[in-house]
Amino acid sequence: MTPKLNVSNAVAVVLCAGLLLLPVYSAVSGNIFILTLFTRIVIFALAAASLNLIMGYGGMMSFGHAAYLGIGGYAVGILAAEGTGSGFIQWPVALAVSALFALVIGALSLRTRGVYFIMITLAFAQMAYYVASGLSRYGGDDGLTIYKRSDFAGLINLSNRTQFYYLCLACLFGGLYLIWRIVNSRFGLVVQGVRSNEQRMQAIGFHANRYRLACFVIAGTICGLAGALLANNTDFISPAVMYWTRSGDLMVMVILGGMGSLFGPVMGAIVYLVLEELLSQFTEYWALIMGPLLLLIVLFARGGIMGLLGRISRD
Amino acid sequence: MFLVVEQLLNGLQFGLLLFLLAAGLTLVFGIMDFVNLAHGSLYMMGAYFAATFVAWTGNFVLGALMALGATLLLGIALEFVALRHLYGRDHLDQVLATFGLILFFNDAVRLIWGPAGLALPLPAWLTVPVQIIPGVFYPAYRLLIIAVALAVAALLYVVVMRTRVGMLIRAGASNREMIGALGINIKLLFTLVFGLGAALAGLAGLMQAPILTVQIGMGENILILAFVIIVIGGIGSIRGAFLAAIFVGMIDTLGRAFLPDLLRKVLSGAAASTAAPALSSMLIYLLMAIVLVVRPEGLFPAAKR
Repeated sequence: MTPKLNVSNAVAVVLCAGLLLLPVYSAVSGNIFILTLFTRIVIFALAAASLNLIMGYGGMMSFGHAAYLGIGGYAVGILAAEGTGSGFIQWPVALAVSALFALVIGALSLRTRGVYFIMITLAFAQMAYYVASGLSRYGGDDGLTIYKRSDFAGLINLSNRTQFYYLCLACLFGGLYLIWRIVNSRFGLVVQGVRSNEQRMQAIGFHANRYRLACFVIAGTICGLAGALLANNTDFISPAVMYWTRSGDLMVMVILGGMGSLFGPVMGAIVYLVLEELLSQFTEYWALIMGPLLLLIVLFARGGIMGLLGRISRD
Repeated sequence: MFLVVEQLLNGLQFGLLLFLLAAGLTLVFGIMDFVNLAHGSLYMMGAYFAATFVAWTGNFVLGALMALGATLLLGIALEFVALRHLYGRDHLDQVLATFGLILFFNDAVRLIWGPAGLALPLPAWLTVPVQIIPGVFYPAYRLLIIAVALAVAALLYVVVMRTRVGMLIRAGASNREMIGALGINIKLLFTLVFGLGAALAGLAGLMQAPILTVQIGMGENILILAFVIIVIGGIGSIRGAFLAAIFVGMIDTLGRAFLPDLLRKVLSGAAASTAAPALSSMLIYLLMAIVLVVRPEGLFPAAKR
């Protein structure tokens, strides 16, 4: 599949270039804040992209995706608190625990469909939230401060703003590339086939749920990576990261940007978080505008921003 | 022993309250096929309206009735302005749109009533403890909640099972297109059902208000509980919602009351006091997960469409 030249792809290229050059702009203009903001945005874009893999391509509407942010974050935080500062241990553990969690809840949740699936993933995320709240050794409800960012033996310094930004960006691009490869592989086509017509895929001999589950685990693992980045970014991890409204935020980013398009979630994360930032500078009651805006987007802009761009390029 | 009776009643009271919330949700879901995350916001609005109107009129019952009416109107307005355009849309669209409404309502409340919570004081005649069996006293207000919720549940049963409107509601739940084709004004019916659901949510909110503080976000946790209930009970089934609500209310209340002591017998003191709150909060989610794994359609699934 060779990428065609159209508005959506042009926008995606501009987007990537913009993200790559952002630290340069930040250094030249002396605007450090924008780099901090976009570090957060890039991390959430990675999380949203992983959700898009199961939601947009796999048709699995998970309402508990923020759980992996918390699990990845807690893996880093707990290991740091116990004196294991090396990122070479922390990050693989974060990924492994996220994958394991995804495997267990995926195996159980995938027995259900539709709204029941939305609800059961939500329930599992809430359980993770309460488990984290109960970890009194690691701060419980108040959360856990991470005093030292993951240490990569001098390879990269996570406390350096620019280096950390580029690390996050590399993870995002890596994640997007992985998702792109998956979506266009045989495996990805089966998963998308199952989304469109499960019975037919079963009938031609695919074990639908195994493919779904594998996809679910991959998405959870990628989001666990975003969690590890997030914990390093904020130097702090708390159960609030896993609260269901966080999962809602991720869903909003995916749908806002455009479900089932590779760069949609990135776009969604940028628009959602920048809008939140701008509105909260303009008024304390930013959600008063954001809420109805979401409603309007759902009502009038189906397919999100990427869908809109796609329509422009077709006209 | 007295503690057990008291906690059983607390569980019943909480369960009935949850039923009021879940009934509206399951009606709207079952009939309009509409996932309304903003149901919890209506619950919150009911509580805020009640706190305002009671302070304004100085009469608890009058204020509560006005709050009920206000939530009903708010629900109808909401349906008319925004939500009716979302019927027939993907569930995901509905989740997103009503998620936006939650954001809106939370900030609207913060703008109007301020970030601090409100208190809704009870009138003197409701604060006296009542002796229910010799030696056991129970707060009159909680008994009132039980009575009102049971009455509403009975009324709902009669309306849905014995009246013409109820027949239309049931018909709508089993086949929407068909009753439309038979010349029933579906739009009106949907607005009516949504208003009814909103009023039930408002009733739950205003009754809970004197027990907890009236605060922003109060609807969110309980909304998730209500969803758990309709999923356990089977979506669209009022009977299922009723049984599941009582069940969840009991398990949640009894779990919180007795689990710490039970755990202390098994684990060391420190470990038990750490694990107990988390475990008792998790209990219902665990229950739901088990139910969904064993019976993916819920315990009492409504008739197939």
